Amino acid sequence: MDTTPTALPLSDDGVPLKVRLRRAERSYKLRSLALIAPLLIFLVLSFVLPISTLLYRAVDNHELADAMPKTVAALDGWDGNAIPAEPVFVALATDLRDLKEAGRIGIPAKRLGYEISGFRSVLTKTLRKLPAPDAQNVRDVVVDAVPEWGELRYWKAFERAAKPYTPRYLLASVDREVNEDGQIVVNESSAFVDIFGRTFWISGVVTLCCLLLAYPLAYWLSVLPPSKSNLLMICVLLPFWTSLLVRTAAWIVLLQSGGLINGGLQALGIIDQPLQLVFNRVGVYISMVHILLPFMILPLYSVMKGIPPHFVRAAVSLGAHPFLAFWKVYVPQTIAGVGAGCLLTYILALGYYITPALLGGPDDQMVSYFVAFYTNRTINWGMASALGSLLLVATLLLYVVYGKLVDNTGQSGRK
Amino acid sequence: MEQSGGADVLVSFRNVQKSYDGESLVVKNLNLDIGRGEFLTLLGPSGSGKTTSLMMLAGFETPTRGEILLDGAELHRLPPYKRNIGMVFQNYALFPHMTVAENLAFPLAVRKLAKDEIARKVQRALDMVKLGSLAGRYPAQMSGGQQQRVALARALVFEPKLVLMDEPLGALDKQLREHMQYEIKHLHDELGLTVVYVTHDQSEALTMSDRVAVFNDGIIQQIDTPVALYEHPVNSFVAHFIGENNRLSGTVAALDGRRATVRLSDGTTVQARAVGVDTAGRPTSCSIRPERVRLHSFDVQADNVLMGRILEFIFLGDHVRLRLDVAGSTDFTVKVPISQVDSAWKTGETIRVGWDADDLRALDPVAA
Repeated sequence: MDTTPTALPLSDDGVPLKVRLRRAERSYKLRSLALIAPLLIFLVLSFVLPISTLLYRAVDNHELADAMPKTVAALDGWDGNAIPAEPVFVALATDLRDLKEAGRIGIPAKRLGYEISGFRSVLTKTLRKLPAPDAQNVRDVVVDAVPEWGELRYWKAFERAAKPYTPRYLLASVDREVNEDGQIVVNESSAFVDIFGRTFWISGVVTLCCLLLAYPLAYWLSVLPPSKSNLLMICVLLPFWTSLLVRTAAWIVLLQSGGLINGGLQALGIIDQPLQLVFNRVGVYISMVHILLPFMILPLYSVMKGIPPHFVRAAVSLGAHPFLAFWKVYVPQTIAGVGAGCLLTYILALGYYITPALLGGPDDQMVSYFVAFYTNRTINWGMASALGSLLLVATLLLYVVYGKLVDNTGQSGRK
Repeated sequence: MEQSGGADVLVSFRNVQKSYDGESLVVKNLNLDIGRGEFLTLLGPSGSGKTTSLMMLAGFETPTRGEILLDGAELHRLPPYKRNIGMVFQNYALFPHMTVAENLAFPLAVRKLAKDEIARKVQRALDMVKLGSLAGRYPAQMSGGQQQRVALARALVFEPKLVLMDEPLGALDKQLREHMQYEIKHLHDELGLTVVYVTHDQSEALTMSDRVAVFNDGIIQQIDTPVALYEHPVNSFVAHFIGENNRLSGTVAALDGRRATVRLSDGTTVQARAVGVDTAGRPTSCSIRPERVRLHSFDVQADNVLMGRILEFIFLGDHVRLRLDVAGSTDFTVKVPISQVDSAWKTGETIRVGWDADDLRALDPVAA
C-alpha cells in the first residue's frame, strides 16, 4: 500500500478514507433521522399544525369572500366615496339568490353582523325583496326596497368584511375596534384587557402561593431518607391519579357554605356565619394552588436533591448563622428549580378554564373561559383564535424573559 | 519531638461520649488534650469514631456526655457558627455559585468586616496558596488541586483559633496528595496553626503530624509521635494498623520484668519485650517489623535464632521481600536491602532467621 505522507490515505479496498468516513457518517445520520421521524411527524401533526391553524384563524376573514364571491369581486376597486354602481348590485342579487337556494345565508349574515349589528336584518330583508334575475335597474330596486343599501357606511362595512385578512379579532381581544372611518378606537363595552390582567394576576398569586408552600416541602423531602421521602412523594403525586374535574368538584363539596370546612369551623365555634369560600376568588385560588402544587414541588425537589448538605455546614463553620447560610448558600443553588417550577406553574395557570369556571364567580373567569365561550356558544372562531393567540404570545414572551434571567444568573460556569 | 502539649492546651476533651442510637457508643470516654500550635492527626479505620470526634469539635454533633473545652471555655455549649473554627471538608464544599474571591470573602462578610479589609485579607489568603490570579474563577472551572487550595485558604482566611481537616486530600491522586501534604505541613509551620486532621491513610498521618491518635472501636488506642507509634506500638491493633508487622502467637512461659519468654505455637521458645502482657501462662501475640529481622545462610548473631523455609522471593529494586515459614507462621515477611541478599536464597531453601529480643513485642492476644 502507498504510505507516502502526501497521498490520500486509502482504506483496504482502495476507496479514499475520507469518502468512506463521509459514507459512514451519512448512513449514521439517516438512521438517527429515521429513529426520530415518528416523533417529528407526531409533533408536526399535533403541535405545529394546530397552532399554525390557530394563529391563521385569528386573522382569517374568508367567510364573506367565500359566501358572496361575485359581490366581493365586483366591489374590488371601489373608491369608497359613493354608492357602488349597478354591476355590484347585480352581483349582490345573484349571490343572495345563490345563498338562498343553498340555504347558507347564515354565515355571511353573522359575519356582516359583527361589523354593523343591524346588517343581519338588512340581508334577510333584501332576501325577501330580491328582484327577478332578469330585472333591470337592480340598484334602484334594491335601494328602494332596502334603503340601508343606499347608505355608504353599510357598503364600507361590507368592504371591510370582504378583505381576506382582518385585524378585528385581535383588536377586539385588546378592547379595540376599527370605527367606520377606519380608525382604531377603544371599545368601551369590552373588558378583555381587564380579563387578561386578571388572568395574569390570578396565575401570579397561584404561582407565589405554590412556591411558598412547595419550597419547604421540597426541602423536607430532599433531606429525608429515601424510604420516607419515596412514600411522601407518592402522596404528592397522588392527586395526579384523580381526574381534574373530580378534584375540582371535591373542592366545591369541601368549601361550600354547608361543607366540611365551614361546618367544622362552625362546630368549633370559630365562626358564626359560614365563610364564602367558593364561587369567588378564594375558591379559585385554593383549588388552583392544590392542583398545581406538584408542578412546583417536582422541579424544586429534583434540584434540591442534587445539593449535598455539606455546603450549608461549610457556611455555618465559616461563621454564618444557619438562616444566613441557608439564604446565602442554599437558596441561590435552587434558583434554577425555582425558575423552572414558577414558569411551569405560571404557564399552566394561565390556561386554566375548568377550575375558575366551576369554583369562581363571574368576575373570576380567565381568558380560557372566553376562548371556550366563543368556541362553544357563539361559534366565533376568529375571537376564540385571537384570544388564544394572544395568550400564546404572552406565554412565549414570559419564556423568553425566563430564558434571559436564567442565562444571567447561570453564568457561574457550573457543570 | 514528644509534645504532649501539657503546658499550653488549646482544646481538651473530657470524658466525652457519643451515641447515635442510645444503645451503642461511637465514642467511648474520650480524653484528649490538644496543644496550641500542634498538628494532631486522628487516624483510624472507618467507624472508629475519629470523624465523630472531629464533628463534635466543629459543633455539627453534640456529645452525649462529657465536655469539650477550647481555651478553657466550654465549647460544647457554643453553636457551630460562633466557634471560630476553620474547617476543610472532604469534598471541599466550595460554594458553586460564588467565585473564588467571593468564597473567601464569605466568612469575612458574615463577620461584617469593612470592604477594603476583606479585599486585603482575601488577596493575602490567595497569595498564600499561590492562587492570586484565579480570584474570578468559579470552583467548577478549577482542577481538584486548585479547589483543595481554595478550601484551605477559605478555612484560614478568618484566622481561626483551630483548623479542622476532614480527609481533605482523599479526592486527589497520589502525586498531588503527596505534594499537598507538604504544603499543608508548610502552612502549619509558617502560620503556627493548630490543626486537627482526620484521615484513614497512615502514611499521611505519619508524614504530617506532631502526634497521631490511633482510633479504633471508639477508643484512642495510642496517642504518640509518629516515630514512637511506629517503633513502640502498645497493642496489637496499633502494631498491625501502622506499617507492616509479623505476628507470632504463643503463650507467655515466663515473665521477668520487661523480658518475656514466649512459647510459640510450634513449641519454640523466644525472648521478647513484654508490653501487653502481665502474667505468665497467658496467650500473647508477638509482633516484629519485617526490616528488624536478619537472615543468614549459616549463622546469625541475635537473641533469637530460628529456622525458616523460603516460600516466596520478590525482587523490588532496592530491596527484596521474602515470605517465610517460621515457627508455624506461613506469612512471615522479611525485608532485606539488596546489598545484603545472598544469591543462595531461593524458594524452598531453609535459612536462619534472627532478631533482637527488644524488637519482638509481646502484645495482647489477637483472636485468630
